[in-house]
Amino acid sequence: MSSADLPVLTAAQFASDQDVRWCPGCGDYSILAQMRRMMPRLGVPLEKIVFISGIGCSSRFPYYMNTYGMHGIHGRAPAIATGLKAVRPDLQVWVITGDGDGLSIGGNHLMHCIRRNMDINIVLFNNRVYGLTKGQYSPTSPLGQVTKSTPMGAIDNPLHPLSIAIGCEASFVARSIDVNIKHLAMVLQRAAEHQGTAFVEVYQNCVVFNDRAFQYATDRETKLDHVLELEHGKPLVFGKNREKGIRLNGLNPQVVMLGDGYDEQDLLVHDEQATEPSLAYLLSRLRHEDGFPEPIGVFRAVDAARYDEELNRQIQLAQANRGIGDLEQLFHSGDTWTVTENENTV
Amino acid sequence: MQLTGSQFTNASAMAGNDVATFPDFPAEIRAPKGTRAGVSGFQVQFAADEIFTPGDELDVLVAMNPAALVTNLSDVVPGGLLLVNEDSFTDKDLKLAGCHTNPLEDGSLDSYRLVRIPMTTLTRKSVEDLGLSTKLADRCKNFFAMGLVYWLFGRELTVTLEFIQAKFGDKAEIAQANERALRAGWHFGETTEIFDIGYRVAPARLAPGTYNNVMGNQALAWGLMAAARQSDKDLFLGSYPITPASEILHELSRHKNFAVRTFQAEDEIAAMCAVIGAAFGGAMAVTTTSGPGIALKSEAMGLAVILELPMLIVSVQRGGPSTGLPTKTEQADLLQVLFGRNGECPMPVLACRSPADCFDVPVQAWRIATRFMTPVIVLSDGYVANGAEPWRIPRLADLPRIPVRHPKATDDGRPFHPYSRDALLARPWAIPGTPGLMHRIGGLEKEDPTGNVCYNPENHQRMVNLRAEKVERIADDIPRQQVHGPEQGEVLVLSWGGTFGACATAVEHCLQQGMQVAHAHLRYLNPLPANLGDLLQQYRQILVPEWNRGQLRMLIQAKYLRATIGLNKIQGKPFAVQEIVDKIQTIHDCQVPK
Repeated sequence: MSSADLPVLTAAQFASDQDVRWCPGCGDYSILAQMRRMMPRLGVPLEKIVFISGIGCSSRFPYYMNTYGMHGIHGRAPAIATGLKAVRPDLQVWVITGDGDGLSIGGNHLMHCIRRNMDINIVLFNNRVYGLTKGQYSPTSPLGQVTKSTPMGAIDNPLHPLSIAIGCEASFVARSIDVNIKHLAMVLQRAAEHQGTAFVEVYQNCVVFNDRAFQYATDRETKLDHVLELEHGKPLVFGKNREKGIRLNGLNPQVVMLGDGYDEQDLLVHDEQATEPSLAYLLSRLRHEDGFPEPIGVFRAVDAARYDEELNRQIQLAQANRGIGDLEQLFHSGDTWTVTENENTV
Repeated sequence: MQLTGSQFTNASAMAGNDVATFPDFPAEIRAPKGTRAGVSGFQVQFAADEIFTPGDELDVLVAMNPAALVTNLSDVVPGGLLLVNEDSFTDKDLKLAGCHTNPLEDGSLDSYRLVRIPMTTLTRKSVEDLGLSTKLADRCKNFFAMGLVYWLFGRELTVTLEFIQAKFGDKAEIAQANERALRAGWHFGETTEIFDIGYRVAPARLAPGTYNNVMGNQALAWGLMAAARQSDKDLFLGSYPITPASEILHELSRHKNFAVRTFQAEDEIAAMCAVIGAAFGGAMAVTTTSGPGIALKSEAMGLAVILELPMLIVSVQRGGPSTGLPTKTEQADLLQVLFGRNGECPMPVLACRSPADCFDVPVQAWRIATRFMTPVIVLSDGYVANGAEPWRIPRLADLPRIPVRHPKATDDGRPFHPYSRDALLARPWAIPGTPGLMHRIGGLEKEDPTGNVCYNPENHQRMVNLRAEKVERIADDIPRQQVHGPEQGEVLVLSWGGTFGACATAVEHCLQQGMQVAHAHLRYLNPLPANLGDLLQQYRQILVPEWNRGQLRMLIQAKYLRATIGLNKIQGKPFAVQEIVDKIQTIHDCQVPK
């Protein structure tokens, strides 16, 4: 059935009958709203969509979507999704996770899901703190962050979700921000349309335990200087008046003022389809604290072999080459012998 | 050595004998050669009668070096035959084996029939014109020994010659060398005057039918495939390699043309979680592991219980705790699978008693899983998994059908409740892709029957009780416990899992001695058969032999308040029949007033 044959759904039809129970002002509300708003554009019927999550604030997400869903256990959503997608390639499978769920307890599964390139969409809500357990530091909390479990400041070096994903050679990597609603919906749609594992990091504000962690990227006054919106084939330009850009100085990125001896020709041009992931990795390492704008948008979108597709292709290949399996024949394979009623014969 | 043993077993089975095997090998892949730790053994019993164990004692021992000789000598009957490769008794070999004197010469073997054969020399000679390196030539000496044993027991070479062609056919020289060594061994037996006799064991009186010689793990894989077929499901296996369960993964991976999807996960947890995902999607989902894997899977197994989805968790037990004895058998994970999860978390448990039984148990387990909508545990153990025995091939038409239903949306306007229940308390298995039945499930407590998240205290108690009662009611759906022997008497031997063979043989022996003894072997460990409590009342004493410190005993005593006697062996190897006979005898003869 093509999408044209389907009744057009509305955002409201994607809302379940459950009350949403995140804290007032939580960034999760916006992500939920953009997901519901974006979904009808995909033309996929409600029953063909499954949201799977782990544990944490973000992981309550499946309860609020009027699709199939499973609220799993801490960190394991990618593994649950992998099993589901392996046997049901017809379904559109989403994983909703957070910085603690996805990168701490579930880091292993996230890594392996991405490298297998299962056709699954992973959305990681990054609020740089543990919310549901009431305010401990997370694997994305910056050094020095003071929390209940780090009263003198965090002393372990943070992980950067997109660098991890690119390190696992993810075929689709993107980032958006909870309050950039149009951009967020665009990124989620791109992820849904990608064939293979789509990994999306969303900067999400935790209003209770880590409020304004991303203020630099969301504040009306400063965001244009601190965020760089990636566009395929376009030079890396940013700033309130689009007066700044990123160039490569040897192997290192450098912020330059346009007109100040540099023009757009000197800047790095974004190529999300580059087979070589090094530039995407370099973009994932541009950090506010190092004086760089943080890129949002699609970092990488390439075609690669998918585990779920290959798994089913091998089944078809085996059936084509060896015929559909016959249990009687299997049971009688090897050395068998027959014992009759009256005698024992070899 | 494992290959040699399994070939001889096949040849014996093909000759119509009943067979039972006990492969025994070190955990290390290439354990130091020639040392006692590096000995790889293969014990096989073959008989003209029905047998259930690989035997207590050895009538014939083939020892390829001093370490193999000294580590197994205590199991050889006095007067037993020792076939020894005398070429490997150099000073260096003796030192590696920790022998201060040469047992071939120091008189320590006087009570046995010792046959010294220069197997290395003879093997090299048999292949010398093939131009193989000495190293490759020496690898053929197991085939020489095999040929000799084939002659001794009048076995046909045909099966093994075909095997050599199939296995080494693409390396013509190796195939030829192995064939030569095999024939040289046979001819050596035939032409030398070392052996005064050859042995002929008549075919066993097995039930009519066509037989295949199966190993436990292989039969278990086939049982899973049969269960999938009988329920019209595709089989999904999510597994992580672990001894002694990996062969199930290997076997199933070969059968992609049966639409078997195998997924080697990144760890045990992922394997379990992938199985939960596949079960949600409507597949027959199975994971296979051993005790350490169950430990890692436990949290996800709890999720499976609260989700009330059907799936199988197969645990092939090994020696523990921790890494323990990976290649040795034990049955010390019964309490782990019953109780090793947080919260009130009941799960049905079945156990396989023998290699052939590994075919039937998963079929029954899957029937229960789908009928009651619950994950089910299948226990096996290293002894059962690696052992082999004749398996009467069933006709597919004789296997039970396993009907599975997935609901469709109704037009009555009533909302779909994923935790509504049928008469058995099973909930509907509604799968993604079904229009109108969209629902969310998860690890948080469910509201009865909507499945919505619910923290209400009374609801929690109701749901805990429902999950428990559902599993308890399975007792009404499984066969009553049978006993072998008199329905009343002095001693009941109550056993489960891989101890079956030794217990059955011991009880049979005691019955022939005129003792009032019977045997009940449990396949269903949770719930226990409904008549078990009454049955236990019919005997003065209950003996529970186990390869643990008394785990079934603890359950029986707690559930039925019935004192029992344990016989507990935790040595990584099975019971000798005599050990159980002796214990029965002691209990039987100890006349305590009731």
